[in-house]
Amino acid sequence: MATSAVSLEPAAHVEAHELSFLRKYIFSTDHKIIGIQFLLMSFVFLLFGGLMAMMIRWQLGFPDRPLPAGQLLPETMAPDGILLPEFYNSLVTMHGTIMVFFAIMPLLVGVFGNFLIPLKIGAPDMAFPRLNMASFWVAFSAGILMMAGFFVEGGHAAAGWTAYAPLSADPEWSGVSGGQQIWLLSLAILGLASIMGALNYITTIVNLRAPGMTWFRMPLSIWSLFVTAILVLLAIPILSGAAIMLFFDQTIGTHFFDWTDGGQVILWQHLFWYFGHPEVYILILPAMGMVSDIIANGSRKPVFGYHSMVFALISISFLGWVVWGHHMFQSGMNPTLGMTFMISTMIIAVPSAIKVFNWMGTMWRGNIRFHVPMLHAVGFVAMFVIGGLSGIFMASTPVDIYIHDTYFIVAHIHYVLFGGSLFAIFAAVTYWYPKMFGRMMNSTLGKIHFWLTFLFYNLTFFPMHDLGIAGHMRRIYDPSQYEFLQPLAPLNRFITVSALLLFTVQILFAVNFVVSWFKGKKAGENPWDANGLEWTVPSPPPHGNFAKVPTVYRGPYEYSSPLVEEDFLLQTRKLASDVDPAAAGP
Amino acid sequence: MSWILPPSASTFAGDMDFLYYVILVITGIAFVVVEVGLVVFAIKYRARPGRKAQYIQGSTRAEIIWTAVPAVTLIIIGLMSGGVWNHIKGRNSIPPNAIPYEVHAKQFEWNFTYRGPDGQLGTGDDFTLRNQLHIPVNRPVELQLIAEDVIHSFFVPAFRVKQDAVPGMDIRVWFEATEVGEYEIACAELCGLGHYRMRARVFVHSAEDYQQWLSDRTAAADEE
Repeated sequence: MATSAVSLEPAAHVEAHELSFLRKYIFSTDHKIIGIQFLLMSFVFLLFGGLMAMMIRWQLGFPDRPLPAGQLLPETMAPDGILLPEFYNSLVTMHGTIMVFFAIMPLLVGVFGNFLIPLKIGAPDMAFPRLNMASFWVAFSAGILMMAGFFVEGGHAAAGWTAYAPLSADPEWSGVSGGQQIWLLSLAILGLASIMGALNYITTIVNLRAPGMTWFRMPLSIWSLFVTAILVLLAIPILSGAAIMLFFDQTIGTHFFDWTDGGQVILWQHLFWYFGHPEVYILILPAMGMVSDIIANGSRKPVFGYHSMVFALISISFLGWVVWGHHMFQSGMNPTLGMTFMISTMIIAVPSAIKVFNWMGTMWRGNIRFHVPMLHAVGFVAMFVIGGLSGIFMASTPVDIYIHDTYFIVAHIHYVLFGGSLFAIFAAVTYWYPKMFGRMMNSTLGKIHFWLTFLFYNLTFFPMHDLGIAGHMRRIYDPSQYEFLQPLAPLNRFITVSALLLFTVQILFAVNFVVSWFKGKKAGENPWDANGLEWTVPSPPPHGNFAKVPTVYRGPYEYSSPLVEEDFLLQTRKLASDVDPAAAGP
Repeated sequence: MSWILPPSASTFAGDMDFLYYVILVITGIAFVVVEVGLVVFAIKYRARPGRKAQYIQGSTRAEIIWTAVPAVTLIIIGLMSGGVWNHIKGRNSIPPNAIPYEVHAKQFEWNFTYRGPDGQLGTGDDFTLRNQLHIPVNRPVELQLIAEDVIHSFFVPAFRVKQDAVPGMDIRVWFEATEVGEYEIACAELCGLGHYRMRARVFVHSAEDYQQWLSDRTAAADEE
């Protein structure tokens, strides 16, 4: 098994001479450094996306009052600190774009795909280290380009992160030309980075697994990243293609989405969501995988139903391709299709339900250590459930008629992407931080951060369901225009105050992250008493990862095994009854 | 904080609201089961000295139960929803006695075209009002949604009606108001910088008042 094009032997000559600073930390081909580069980049974008959210919330909570420090913004955005409606639309668009494409997606796929895959499968690096480096720098360039869009004439893209044509296609309707074009180009470039990364992940997992690392001995984090990489490889080209078509409509006079000249307005929505729904799973599957690892570790028990967890991942990745129409129930699409997409959507909820119950089954009769990663992981399950259940309301076509394009949807997506993905990211960052930086994060500060985030997160997003049930539309600059929304003003103010507090308590995490990097307690090889291969090497691991090729004897979740005294059993530890994979034959 | 839907005033709103409450109860039960389960497990199975977790890898029986129960529940919700959906938005759902209107949506206004005294749309005696839709109570109306620039979405919260108006597409939506009164029409799809104020009003009249309004309107038009 695991025949490889690249030698599995650690490249001794790589360590033989000192690399220059530039080669070691900037243009590095080490998957661990690239993972950390993605981490720092994504955190900066997470901050930008968060600041935009604060401006949006300020406008909704206090529409007549100038934004604090709003005078710093130019006249074209916020004269006298009051946001202009066109700038508000840009903020709504860019908050979604930045968070989806430049924060959550690189955090999950870029950071942990890079950092974990070689370490957890026992490989010295990625299959294509230079392609890996290129992937980061292309993504970085796309990010710079995306931010540059704020400074062009006409402002940044303002047609929503979904960029529905014709608003996005024709500057006559939006008043935006350069910004929208930059948006499209940036996403097309980012797509290249994602494709390079995905190719690398798939090749690495297929070819570079250490001896004994069979498919069903892979941790669920790696399974989920593998499935995600396949989704990225298939879905991203659709977005890139659609973005290029829209770019051509804007610049060289094609009419793909122009109905007056043979095009189809609704074609954009089909293309966007045919990409967009798999994208939703790209943004949650790695979170599910990593949370599975962490819950097993925290509970000191094997993952409940490991095989069904794998099959649930795989079935989500197939079903994810046939549910896109549920974003378009009210779009004028043939209503008969509504029934089809409703049923496929109901079915895709089943594997998600299986996963939730299996996580609970993992905790059942465990001996749970509530370290900070475990708190975030359990928080993930508790919040993801709400996002999953609220999805059933939208899946039901008649109920969707009422709640479509309201704050109910906003609540739902934030329960999946913040309550879900971002809590999983906090769990994963705190869990693998000692392996990344060789030091522990402060546990007390981490626990305070978790509880305050959990509290203010729910105070911010749970009431948004109520806004939606009252009919509050999303992407509305000034809800006081509508009589039926005026009674909701106090609730909007409450949400804004909660959101400001939620944003503020993230300072605790930032401080903990930075200070621990330099002053944290030194971490040993295996601070969490975990089983994976990454915990058998020094923290941080050297270039090349493993001093000698590891051999894997068992699955990743042998916690509290009756075979040993301790409550963990490393995948590489050889017991008397274990047979070497080579000796067992091919 | 309220999970109760606001008052409704159309014939199919009751069916929709009923479905909403069915889903609210089912998801509410699932929510309580999972959240309470998590809290109980977190307390009961917290780490204590001298304790060891039980080495359990799974249970086929438990997994079959928690696969089958959600699957059956969701399919039932789907089938219940399908009937209501076809009644509201199905291809042939528009009642034959519906009064036709044309709705021209453009940045950032709704223009409603009424049939004139000849009872036909698309003839010379049609008239158009900006941001005002007058309809009779207890009589279905059929709106042909025409978007003149970008996508807009016709939304009347009280009637539980929402439908995108898409440039180049012939989209019709119907409803039947059950309460006399005034209701707000909103645009629910981001349509540009004035999206937030693309607001109109629907006036539901009693049958007599509607006739009166219509003849006053026609008389006024004749004098012009």
